[in-house]
Amino acid sequence: MSDTEQRKTPAKVSPAGTVMRDGLWYNNPIFVQVLGICSTLAVTNNLRNTLIMVLGVTFATSMGSMTLSALRELIPRKVRMIVQVLVLSFYVIIIDIVLRAYQPAISKQLGPYVGLIITNCILMGRAEAFAASNPPGLAFLDGLANGLGYGWVLLAIAVVREFLGFGSLFGFKIVGDGFTPWTIMVMAPSAFFLLAIALWIANNSKAKAEAAKKAASAPVGSASGPASSAAGAAPGVPAPQKG
Amino acid sequence: MIDAPNVGLLSLFLASILTSNILLANFLGTCSFISISKDFKSSMGLGIAVTLVIGITAAVCWVVLYYIIEPLGIEYLSFIIFIIVIAGVVQMLEMIIDRFSPALYMALGIFLPLITVNCAVLGVILFMQIRKYNFPQAVVFGFGSGAGWWLAIMLLASIRRKLDANNAVPAGLKGTGITLVTIGFMAMAFVGFSGMIAVQ
Repeated sequence: MSDTEQRKTPAKVSPAGTVMRDGLWYNNPIFVQVLGICSTLAVTNNLRNTLIMVLGVTFATSMGSMTLSALRELIPRKVRMIVQVLVLSFYVIIIDIVLRAYQPAISKQLGPYVGLIITNCILMGRAEAFAASNPPGLAFLDGLANGLGYGWVLLAIAVVREFLGFGSLFGFKIVGDGFTPWTIMVMAPSAFFLLAIALWIANNSKAKAEAAKKAASAPVGSASGPASSAAGAAPGVPAPQKG
Repeated sequence: MIDAPNVGLLSLFLASILTSNILLANFLGTCSFISISKDFKSSMGLGIAVTLVIGITAAVCWVVLYYIIEPLGIEYLSFIIFIIVIAGVVQMLEMIIDRFSPALYMALGIFLPLITVNCAVLGVILFMQIRKYNFPQAVVFGFGSGAGWWLAIMLLASIRRKLDANNAVPAGLKGTGITLVTIGFMAMAFVGFSGMIAVQ
């Protein structure tokens, strides 16, 4: 919350641009909201599976957010949660059926993790924090941005894990036979360590940027003006911690 | 009716707690794990609630899967049906606990509804479906996985009590970062059990 409040949105940036930048960096689902790391960490030892999962999550978040935003006037508040889950599982079932039909091998490898996209906290988090109070177009963009913001972090982790663990990228051998694979990178603990390192780097760069901004804008004061439009403020709503 | 894998119940129970701990080996339920483990008492409450819910939903979903979904041939709807069953079980458990043990109800409080969206619950059910467990195996696997999650969150909560009081942690790594590193070390310790017993 404090992070997005301190950032002054320039008036010339459109709401769509703000939404995109929030999802990809300033309010990144992994670095800032710490959501949705459950189901996908398990597949990050393989770049191809990670890419499929990321595409699936992005599809489900963007389409789910759009649908729920379009329906937001019609859903009674009391059954809101269950309607959200049902709409989201509808999209996840589509992903599952498409994968089974066109990529049966990958579908088998991913096992239960495709179904687990339903309980990925990012989906419910964005539905609750953004789609419930914004128009469908913007909600779609927000879902897209959050899916991609989540995706690039996981892909970065997967590159490190597959390269060091198997010496390959997307299944193609990169290094020669002299390379000794780091077995730990294939196993569960490395995912936690790498995510912690990624979080550390992000926190440090953010702290540095904030310090620089504070030094530069100290005498100007807080003249934000028209920047505090409804759309500009909405992404700062802290998402509920679920999952 | 189904060709269940040939594993004994006791070894399946131990395996689901230790070698394939639902959290440390399969990464399920990490979000609530990180946010709740800040507090020792809440961890205890959530651990009990998760164990109960996973055990009961595994049993109910097994019956639903083999007596309703498979005979009707509606496997494509299984995700939605499982989610509804989980939500229903959580709701019922909430009412039963409220009726018979108000003290426990107060202790569990807000955690029960949150469990509906805990990935560990749905994860255990999907694993049960894929590995084709029979009924006793499904129940044992459910309670074992819940107990494994409970064990992991209690361990982490105890470690974090000491860790959060320590000022040696770099600023950028405080909070979630150092917690993830701790979970990583715990996962390494649990990897040491692997090879002893298997879940399938």
